[in-house]
Amino acid sequence: MAIAKPVGDDSAVVVRVRNLKKSFDGAHVLKDISLDLRQNENLVILGRSGSGKSVLIKCMVGLILADGGEIELLGYKVRALTPAKLNAMRQQIGFSFQSSALYDSMTVQENLEFPLKRNLALFNKNELNELVMTALQDVGLEDAAQKRPAELSGGMKKRIGIARTLILKPKIILYDEPTAGLDPITSMEINELILTVRKKYNTSAIIITHDISCARQTSDSIVALVNGQIRVEAKFDELKNTNDPELAPFFKY
Amino acid sequence: MKLRSLLLTYEGIYRFAQKIFRQLLFASSEWREILRQCYAAGNRSFFLVGFTAFLAGIVFTRQSRPSLSSFGAESWLPSLVSQAVVRSLGPLITGLICAGKIGSNIGAELSSMKVTEQIDAMEVSGTRPFSFLVVSRVVATTLMLPILVVFADSIALMGSYVTVHAINNTGFRLYFNEVSSKITYLDIFSSIIKATFFGFAIGFVSCYVGYNSENGTAGVGKAANKAVVISMSFIFIIDLISLQFLNLFR
Repeated sequence: MAIAKPVGDDSAVVVRVRNLKKSFDGAHVLKDISLDLRQNENLVILGRSGSGKSVLIKCMVGLILADGGEIELLGYKVRALTPAKLNAMRQQIGFSFQSSALYDSMTVQENLEFPLKRNLALFNKNELNELVMTALQDVGLEDAAQKRPAELSGGMKKRIGIARTLILKPKIILYDEPTAGLDPITSMEINELILTVRKKYNTSAIIITHDISCARQTSDSIVALVNGQIRVEAKFDELKNTNDPELAPFFKY
Repeated sequence: MKLRSLLLTYEGIYRFAQKIFRQLLFASSEWREILRQCYAAGNRSFFLVGFTAFLAGIVFTRQSRPSLSSFGAESWLPSLVSQAVVRSLGPLITGLICAGKIGSNIGAELSSMKVTEQIDAMEVSGTRPFSFLVVSRVVATTLMLPILVVFADSIALMGSYVTVHAINNTGFRLYFNEVSSKITYLDIFSSIIKATFFGFAIGFVSCYVGYNSENGTAGVGKAANKAVVISMSFIFIIDLISLQFLNLFR
């Protein structure tokens, strides 16, 4: 069992994963994963495609049921939650999807209003507008409110996806490949946005990526996942000179 | 292995149905979405149902007339057509058209939301997508089908009247007096109940296949196709069962 971070000040831990296991049709995707995320920390999970990164964060929010182990988010033991408590927990977690997953039948404004209406039963037009505009300003897209997702570029979709996670003021944000498919300049802007969001909203984040510049720019620490197992946990500077044959190629390109 | 997969599918269907019935108790909180879906379902099928029912009324009248004439029973035409339309033709035409129009739409829409992770995005933000996407659609189709059936019946009878009037110059009042004298409350009531079951079947099947679709974009087409085919099959099965049941009272 590899514990990615030694347990020190327990009160600051917002995500605790212990011995997490998941397999699909006999293929072991996650093997005994243990890690901690602390308050206000940005933890990058670095790994190649198919290493189990996305499955890990989907297990954390209960989108995929783990086969074994424990997951604790903000004190909620995810695997033992009733549907109502799972919903309550999810409202405190932001999840930014790789594909952005914007609701394509709605405008950007409606996308952002949706969680407010559903979770907070907020229907006052002025209040909704104010909250939506604040979230859009945070991601620098206040002019996009009336656009539909199909009219947005990849980078804009990512930003709107992040704005939608911010609208409920989450305590933890899980970013799934935030820079995948973006050009280097837009990727850099998204990385800066991730840092700005942490500063403004005081969030903790787990960032799933295989993009080494994203890892360098956004991480406080990095957990390297290889074939469903944690290979190493370190700071970026400690990791960049690694001799590990699975990890060294990340730093060459 | 096949048996296991079949049993898992049945279990999935059972759990899906259980979830719908459990959440139906709180469906009133989804009234905005239910109204939107009712409008979408009605608006989507209104013209086609009316047009097809009108043509069916004409065709059925024209085809039945020679047979009745050969027995000298042409005056029975309004009662024959009205009974056929209200008891079977109206609900069946409406059900089949709605299975095609509404069922394929729901199946494709939910399936596309599933493969683009939009449903997952709703799940992880705690917005209860099942009640928003599934319960609202099932309630909407269940409510709209009976309304569409009443509309289709009326239009089919109008089609029949236009035909009879064109051939025999029969008056409007005389024709509809004949129609109403042969239609019983049981006919109307059973037709509406049957349409309610048709609506539920279309909503349930389409939502189930859409919500549980897999295999990326290919799955979207497959879900739309399955939604139509299975809904249509259910419509015929429900029609047959209801016929057997109603014969006990006739």
